[in-house]
Amino acid sequence: MTDPQIAVMMLGIFIMTIFLGFPISFTLMAMGVGFGYYAYYDAERMRTIFDNQIFDLFVNQTYSVMANDVLTAIPLFLFMGYIVERANIVDRLFNTLYLTARNLPGAMAVAALATCAMFATATGIIGAVVTLMGMLAFPAMLKAKYDTSFASGVICAGGCLGILIPPSIMLIVYAAASNVSIVKLYAGALIPGFLLAGLYMAYVVGRAALNPSLAPKATDEEVGSYSALQVAWMLLTSFFPLAILILSVLGAILFGLATPSEAASIGALGGLFLAAAYRSLTWERLRQSVYLTVRTSAMVCWLFVGSWTFSSVFSYLGGEHLVSEFVLGLQLSPILFLILAQLIIFLLGWPLEWSEIIIIFVPIFLPLLPHFGVDPLFFGILVALNLQTSFLTPPMAMAAYYLKGVAPPQVTLVQIFKGVMPFLSMIVLSMVLLYLFPVLALGLPELVYG
Amino acid sequence: MERFIEIVDGITAWFGKAFSWCILIMTFGVGYEVFVRYVLNDPTAWSFDISYMMYGTLFMMAGAYTLSRDGHVRGDFLYRLWKPRTQAKVELVLYFLFFYPGVIALILAGWKYSSRSWRYSEVSVMSPANVPIFQFKTIIVAAGVLLFIQGLAQICRCLICIRDGAWPKAKEDVEEMEEVLLRQHEREILNHGSEAVDVIVPEGDRK
Repeated sequence: MTDPQIAVMMLGIFIMTIFLGFPISFTLMAMGVGFGYYAYYDAERMRTIFDNQIFDLFVNQTYSVMANDVLTAIPLFLFMGYIVERANIVDRLFNTLYLTARNLPGAMAVAALATCAMFATATGIIGAVVTLMGMLAFPAMLKAKYDTSFASGVICAGGCLGILIPPSIMLIVYAAASNVSIVKLYAGALIPGFLLAGLYMAYVVGRAALNPSLAPKATDEEVGSYSALQVAWMLLTSFFPLAILILSVLGAILFGLATPSEAASIGALGGLFLAAAYRSLTWERLRQSVYLTVRTSAMVCWLFVGSWTFSSVFSYLGGEHLVSEFVLGLQLSPILFLILAQLIIFLLGWPLEWSEIIIIFVPIFLPLLPHFGVDPLFFGILVALNLQTSFLTPPMAMAAYYLKGVAPPQVTLVQIFKGVMPFLSMIVLSMVLLYLFPVLALGLPELVYG
Repeated sequence: MERFIEIVDGITAWFGKAFSWCILIMTFGVGYEVFVRYVLNDPTAWSFDISYMMYGTLFMMAGAYTLSRDGHVRGDFLYRLWKPRTQAKVELVLYFLFFYPGVIALILAGWKYSSRSWRYSEVSVMSPANVPIFQFKTIIVAAGVLLFIQGLAQICRCLICIRDGAWPKAKEDVEEMEEVLLRQHEREILNHGSEAVDVIVPEGDRK
């Protein structure tokens, strides 16, 4: 067998072993070392069995993950997220936004969507957003006789926006995997993120206006009467602190005042301050946030250790070249390639989590992008849009399962999926819009950074 | 065997948790750098080195702790449908096939790499502050050793599961908020639960 064939075999065996359910980072490490031992085998240098360059390569790749200046932002953003998640902010935010929006059609759904979007942006943690809102806003909407499917769609889709809207952790991971500047990625994701959130919002308002039985308007008694001043004060104490925290983190990054990790640590400090101001910063919560941060960081970063070792052996054996030749041999047009790539990523989202997809599988597509004239930044935004669907479509629709887990027993998964469908089609719509008008993603980075 | 698992879990959790506090040092260190740069106009020379060292240390040292809490991501959509005994049998084999080769290579290669660095007391080239990095490279070996002993504990877990037909209960620890909330709702946790079945029989509100 030739080396490239070995490389393809390596990839094939790896994909098969994913299904066995062993922790993937270690599988990648072991297969990288094993196949690397073969690839770098040099009989003349062998005095002991350890005289093989693969060991140097392995430890160098490990060290480059440890000293990677993009990935340093990950634990900091996670820490910020876990702190904000525990700051007792969701209920305040939701109630205030509901009062602010009470004259709009579907006011409660609008407030739930806005709360989900803001909270997801600040924390970047989908599970927590969906469960918290599922316990708070979802029963409130059901009590107000909102349609079950409609209400569940709002919460599931809103909770997933955190993947796309910066400062998103997924985009940092993509930046580290693709060598695209994280600052440019954030700038690029901003408009598509707001576009999608805006589409959701327009859908919620429009649907509730056309069909008021989906979201009956509350009477004044039910809402209670609040003066404008009271509402303004509530906004000032719940909405603005979080909004300012998010905007200052984003602004610092986009205007080049701070690197993403610096902005993230400011965000974490701000989160600590916010939690203290809401009197919800306890020793126990700090401990929880610290330990959860370290576990999630370890999960993501060990995946990088394994993946970089694996992929450098894979390309040394010529696997990358073979994949390129194969795909180029198909004579695809750029659009067909783009659709195919996104379709594969969408399908991968069924069995796998976003971290595995971005760190292991997206890098296989990256070397192909120049051949088709696709900007890796543009590709990254499409992937971020695309991966939201993996949280919403069965069989691994985590957002739907989280909601089901905390919803009243009579709510069925079918109702939830039915409610999610319109939002899925809006994700696809915004991907199409992005493809037709790439300036949506590329305009802002070009404008700001030339 | 249970006693051994407990001891090993204790050791790796102690290291993982102790080094997890690096995140606070990192937060305040980097925050301090931003403060002195913009307010006092006097940037530090060491902040960047500190930030990546804290980051590298915390995630490497937590690798074993994360493993003991089943926190490393796995493609488990088939795995979760198997009986615990089948899971344990497959996993037992895979620990020898896919875990130890990588971990042993990490320890040996890391040893060579860091001892070279110790010999000339290597300092970081990223900044002029001459921050030493030989101790940072030693983290690779330490993380490998922790993983090595945690692997033994995981193998014991598999053996217990093969014997008893059920996974030994994990010690209590901090958990993600959604898991806590879901449990409060007395539903099955999503981990290796029933959602695949749930899709097929959506009406039945399975407990």
